[in-house]
Amino acid sequence: MSERSNRLEHGESDGAAKAMEADSAILAALTGRRRRRRWLINALRLLLLVVLIGGWELGTRLGLIDPFFWGRPSGIWQQLVTWVVHGTAQGPLWVQIAVTLEEALFGFLIGVVLGISFGVLLGRNAFLAELLGPYIKAANSIPRVTLAPLFAIGLGLGSQSKIALAVVLVFFIVFFNAFQGVREVDRNLLANARILGANRWQLFREVILPSALTWIIASLHTSFSFALVGAVVGEFVGSIEGIGLMIQNAGATFNANGVFAAMLILAAVALLSEIVITALERRLLRWRPTALSEVTL
Amino acid sequence: MQHSQRNVPPASSPTPCSPAQEVPSARYSKGSTTVIELRQVTKRFLTPGGQSYTALRDLSLAVAPGEFCALIGPTGCGKSTTLSLIAGLDTPSAGTVLVMGEEVHGTDPRIGYVFQTDAVFPWKNVLSNVAAGPLFRGLPKREALERARAWIARVGLAGFEDRYPHQLSGGMRKRVALAQTFINEPQILLMDEPFSALDVQTRTLMENELLQLWSALSASVVFVTHDLEEAIALADRVCVLTAGPATVKGIYTIDLPRPRNVAEIRFDPRFVRLYHDIWEDLRDEVMISYERAKQSS
Repeated sequence: MSERSNRLEHGESDGAAKAMEADSAILAALTGRRRRRRWLINALRLLLLVVLIGGWELGTRLGLIDPFFWGRPSGIWQQLVTWVVHGTAQGPLWVQIAVTLEEALFGFLIGVVLGISFGVLLGRNAFLAELLGPYIKAANSIPRVTLAPLFAIGLGLGSQSKIALAVVLVFFIVFFNAFQGVREVDRNLLANARILGANRWQLFREVILPSALTWIIASLHTSFSFALVGAVVGEFVGSIEGIGLMIQNAGATFNANGVFAAMLILAAVALLSEIVITALERRLLRWRPTALSEVTL
Repeated sequence: MQHSQRNVPPASSPTPCSPAQEVPSARYSKGSTTVIELRQVTKRFLTPGGQSYTALRDLSLAVAPGEFCALIGPTGCGKSTTLSLIAGLDTPSAGTVLVMGEEVHGTDPRIGYVFQTDAVFPWKNVLSNVAAGPLFRGLPKREALERARAWIARVGLAGFEDRYPHQLSGGMRKRVALAQTFINEPQILLMDEPFSALDVQTRTLMENELLQLWSALSASVVFVTHDLEEAIALADRVCVLTAGPATVKGIYTIDLPRPRNVAEIRFDPRFVRLYHDIWEDLRDEVMISYERAKQSS
């Protein structure tokens, strides 16, 4: 009897071991396939970059592309090195970056706070929303960068005029998202919170805001780029420092490489901010199913 | 009370029972008062098309202290509307709604509400979801969390405190919803088809658990469902509502002994007889509602 049960146990553990072996084999195959795919994609990405930039460089060397008008990768690199080592015509490079970044950041923060405040206010108050609706739509349809000269006249050549432009650009994006987010709050959740005993403030903080946050954070990605656009365009129109002025100067002196180099710097700043915002999103929207945010561009 | 009997109304009289006096069987009227009373309540809505839609017409109903009352009727007949009137989420167009002898004005802390769809907060984990009620009501955080942990254990979710709703199964989310409601120790419990989205096995389990929780709480329950088996298995009294506009068609006392086992009670001959009697009443309404749905589609 004991022998038999012993054998049985043996058989069982044998079977289990086999099953585990098969499992780990499948797992290894799957992870191997995933790793190879990852590697292939990274390699192809690099190749694409080399082909594009190499093609550009080669084109200018062979005379197919005129480097005077369209720049040249090696020239852009030299320009960047010069700026980093010797500084720009307006002073050290990092000061220019800091100035533009500061303008964009202030504009972004003010615009976000205003956008969320008005979005929530109008989203919760149907009367106000109906009253102001047509005016907000009209204001939104104005191409707002055209306000830049106005701000330059009114607020001068300092950072205020750039911040104002960034605020205006950011505000509408965040406003519409916050408004929509507040309107889309699940009515059941609101009713549930009210029955559980939430007062108006708790309703706002615990239900409306977290629910609208999905929408608001989605708008932050685009709105920081718009804040940068506001700062740079503001600097185009009239300023004494900043990356926008560097681009303006490069353009005025037919320095195509300079325009591209400044553009690269701006792109790097935008990418960094994107990373920060994505980290913020991960932190604030922890509660969401991960499947939603797994595949991103 | 040895066997099931049709309590109300005589088949010839289609008029709704008169309120208050109609509370059947002295067994449930511990006090002389009723806990919930609807007097000739009518509720009309304005449809988006500008027409008037009557959800309830002259609905009268009384629920005794500690009574489990099931409202049954065809889908879309105004059962949920009745609950939202009692909960103070909505106001009647005509008639009065009394809770504990007072007319309803807004939400009442003595009322708990379990919704048909998921109404747990997706951005809160299980612990915060269950603790939400006490926190809204101003209990110190430590105490609220302590009570929440106890309730989570009581509904069988110990160890899941840190999970977010999207990480739980439908049945588990319902348990969270039950704990979230029961932690406030409501004297009146309103339930709007709470288990209709669950699979049959989970549903039976949850029904048994509800009966256990309820017997400990001794609250009055109004349980809306379109499932007659569920209504008979759970309730002391079943009110059949007419196809919209809803009014009370018949009231049946369910004198099956407690404690009940929901999974087995349906084989009881008395259960079968009650089912048969009530179905006679309900069938016509279901047919009316079905014909209407067919015509409108």
